[in-house]
Amino acid sequence: MNYSIAFTTILFKEIRRFTRIWPQTLLPPAITTALYFLIFGKLIGDRIGDVNGQTYMDYIVPGIILMSVISHSYSNVVSSFYSTKFQRHIEELLVAPVPNWVILAGYVSGGIARGVLVGCVVAGISTFFTDIPVLHWQIALLVFVLTATLFALAGFINAVFADSFDDISIIPNFVLTPLSYLGGVFYSTSMLPEIWQTIALGNPILYMINAFRYGLIGVSDINIETALIMIVFFIVLLILTALFLLHKGTGIKN
Amino acid sequence: MKALSIQNLKKTYNNGFEALKGLDLDVENGDFFALLGPNGAGKSTLIGIISSLVTKSSGEVSIFGYDLQKDSAKAKSCIGLVPQEINFNQFETVKNVVLNQAGFYGMPRKQALIQTERCLRQMDLWEKRDTVSRRLSGGMKRRLMIARAMVHQPRLLILDEPTAGVDIEIRRSMWQMMEEVNRQGTTIILTTHYLEEAESLCRNIAIINHGQIIEKSTMQNLLSRIQTEQFVLDIDQALTVAPVIDGYSVELVDSHSLNVAVEKTHGLNPLFQQLSEQGIKVLSLKNKSNRLEQLFIDLVQ
Repeated sequence: MNYSIAFTTILFKEIRRFTRIWPQTLLPPAITTALYFLIFGKLIGDRIGDVNGQTYMDYIVPGIILMSVISHSYSNVVSSFYSTKFQRHIEELLVAPVPNWVILAGYVSGGIARGVLVGCVVAGISTFFTDIPVLHWQIALLVFVLTATLFALAGFINAVFADSFDDISIIPNFVLTPLSYLGGVFYSTSMLPEIWQTIALGNPILYMINAFRYGLIGVSDINIETALIMIVFFIVLLILTALFLLHKGTGIKN
Repeated sequence: MKALSIQNLKKTYNNGFEALKGLDLDVENGDFFALLGPNGAGKSTLIGIISSLVTKSSGEVSIFGYDLQKDSAKAKSCIGLVPQEINFNQFETVKNVVLNQAGFYGMPRKQALIQTERCLRQMDLWEKRDTVSRRLSGGMKRRLMIARAMVHQPRLLILDEPTAGVDIEIRRSMWQMMEEVNRQGTTIILTTHYLEEAESLCRNIAIINHGQIIEKSTMQNLLSRIQTEQFVLDIDQALTVAPVIDGYSVELVDSHSLNVAVEKTHGLNPLFQQLSEQGIKVLSLKNKSNRLEQLFIDLVQ
């Protein structure tokens, strides 16, 4: 059986979905991040001065790009897969000879596609405000794609468990957004009191933002290898969890 | 070869409800098979398990010889499902709903486009191909689900109350379409609450109740068991009491209609003869209820 056709069908269906509703999916991050760059980067940033040897604008650009990737790869999969369950067209996939790993790969790839596209839009907007050098493009690209993968997977698992539209907004609002803001987007952890520096190390988003920042401007609060190992570890863990849930039929089968 | 073979199928839900209690069922290749049962009898669970939407507790299910668990991909490729409730993406166009389903079955794009057009034309929906599916009428949505189920040319088509809630004109056109599909070699399993539909379309029938098959027979055999039929006669004159007809039980429904119980062994000729002798002219005659309906009620009660 040729599963590549089933995979591309799910992927293109997902891409068609978020591009069809671009005023909801692509336009808002462009406007929001432009405001971030203008207010925090330009107006306030000029008064803050340098952080870790970088202008404040340059320092916050990587974090803002990655924050968009995190939020959009997650929200794409959680909303799409939940509405697939809600409208019951998940049954189209369950009836057909589509293995669980293809369903997972299709939806997660859709989330990665949106995360990457939004990330590129935000990166494009940042060029109106500053010139980011991209010192280690391989690391930047790797962290960019792996982060999108990780949060697309997390969004999938959230959707599997979700029973209502409230359930798909709780984690983005009460977990992802606070962790992103506390993940060192707007500041270096070295600026925190010592106890908070230690607590901050428990935030996985801190590792991703710093690894990406290192890829772009060569500055990081944490070790890059540790960050990459951590991201890959969580990706593997979430893949196994998602496949287990699909195998058990959690949330999708009686 | 059997299109469907089920042995000792059991399903107990998490809340402890035992929906299927060791059910056995065979459906022959090419059959037009009715699966009937009252609400809550286990029909939907059974269809859910056959189409992989519900996980069985135990038992064996094979489709054209392919075990649904061990040879899942091949077994699933043989099945097309038209579910009871609308379950397509209401934001997709009609064409994309069918085209996506072809993709899920691994059909190459070129072939999928040809098949999509064929199925949509067959269901009289080709003109609506670019319409967003939520804008279709109820009957069109039902037909779209049939087109979607047919796109990969399944050998076994399961129709779960396909005509529920559609008007009689559309229902009759759907009957014609189902007969045509069956004539072309597709095995059909039909569940319906319209028993006249099952009686006129299906050759074999199984009745399920309390999670078990309580009757399995050819439609002809089952109908031949009817001993007494109830007829309603419209008459040309107003009566105040029911006429006495030897060998028949007659009740007055209203001044111009009679309800007559006719034993199979008596037939209708003596009835008409006696009515004629009493000067009562019969204007029309109809079955009080569908024949299968009476049997069905007797069996499930």
